[in-house]
Amino acid sequence: MKTILSEAQLALTVKRLAHQILENNLQLADTVLIGLQPRGIYLSDRIVHELMQLLPPSQIEYGKLDITFYRDDVRKSLHIANETDIPFSIENKKVVLIDDVLYTGRTIRAALDALLAFGRPSKVSLCVLIDRRFSRELPIQPDYAGKAIDTIITQKVKVCWKERDQVDEVVLL
Amino acid sequence: MKLSTKHLLGIKDLNRDDIQLILSTAAQFKEVLQRPVKKVPSLRDVTIVNLFYENSTRTRMSFELAERRLSADTLNFAASSSSAAKGETLLDTVNNILSMKVDLVVMRHSASGAPHFLAQHIPAAIVNAGDGINEHPTQALLDAFSMQEKFGKLEGLKVTIVGDIMHSRVAMSNMYLLQKMGAEITIAGPPTLIPKYIQEAFNVRVEYNLQKALAWCDVANVLRIQLERQNQPLFSSLREYNLAYGISRSMLESINKEIVIMHPGPINRGVELDSDVADGPHSIILDQVENGVAVRMAVLYLLANRDQ
Repeated sequence: MKTILSEAQLALTVKRLAHQILENNLQLADTVLIGLQPRGIYLSDRIVHELMQLLPPSQIEYGKLDITFYRDDVRKSLHIANETDIPFSIENKKVVLIDDVLYTGRTIRAALDALLAFGRPSKVSLCVLIDRRFSRELPIQPDYAGKAIDTIITQKVKVCWKERDQVDEVVLL
Repeated sequence: MKLSTKHLLGIKDLNRDDIQLILSTAAQFKEVLQRPVKKVPSLRDVTIVNLFYENSTRTRMSFELAERRLSADTLNFAASSSSAAKGETLLDTVNNILSMKVDLVVMRHSASGAPHFLAQHIPAAIVNAGDGINEHPTQALLDAFSMQEKFGKLEGLKVTIVGDIMHSRVAMSNMYLLQKMGAEITIAGPPTLIPKYIQEAFNVRVEYNLQKALAWCDVANVLRIQLERQNQPLFSSLREYNLAYGISRSMLESINKEIVIMHPGPINRGVELDSDVADGPHSIILDQVENGVAVRMAVLYLLANRDQ
């Protein structure tokens, strides 16, 4: 087991991601944030929390998207759906999708499909905490990455959050 | 987590976890149905046949819509316009359809147990869309979903089922389901329409006085008088039935309590429900219909997605 991000590094990384998103989307004008269920939500919650220190909460539009019904392996094994909550229109908005780990890219492929059921965004960008480079199965890359790491397929990246795992850290198993 | 059964033949075969899984999945599908694009690609490689050996409006359309919203391919079969009228047996018909590579069968039949018979002879998963006077599981699931949506929980909820219990598969499925989920049930109706041993069989209360039964409950699920299944007169006239067991506005006002009114449809207006009750503020009849699509999507999704 190897630590990729410690608690302090994780907090700093989340802060940096929030600032980078804000830099590219001034005042978050016409921008919405969407966390991916189930595990991306922990990251998106933290990013939104950081943004609230920088902007009035009324300027932040934040939703949650579950992609279960759009998965390409949906018939191989049963996946249980989580809540989707997008209480605003994404039509002509700049959407920032937020997930914890970018690996094969298949989740993001499904997320793009799912997103289009809600309207036609003017732009979609991707924010992830960990980018597992060189393991992509689809041509998908992040716009904001907390940390890029090189891994082999037998390795597993575990992202732990205090809310669920009693500790904030990212480890390689 | 997955369903404990391969088919949905009846609520009788489900356990509490199955019911909860179906209801929570249905809640997610209900959200899907509020989106601008109300369709997901989950079952795009699945073909489903709707075998209707008995007439249906709501259930057939609801299943068909659920299938299409899941991107499944659908085939429709109505016994009246098919070779069943020429004498082909049920098993032959189904085997012929299955040889065209159909994955799931949704079936309604006037004979109780028809889907159970089929389940023993074919490999495809079967969803019972109502069999004779036995069960109508998706109706009970959508009723439960609607009650849960309205009250937040089923545990401890007081439900009165009113009317033709004897001939009602909806009542049967509802009793199994509500009992499994910890709701309390009272059966109300004329003695001729209530099976004699129901109290022992289901551990329910039986109340022949409608007003008392309504004053007790949070929800009244009012059933249709099934004249087509009654081969002997069980009450003297529809008017008499309406006077004794029809729910009117004045009766609801007299119990001094707000209760929710449900009905599986089709309504015999002026028989079991007066129009001002069916269309009144406490009726959630049309919500039931809306929820039916989400619940059926959940059932089809969960049955089609069996781990191979």
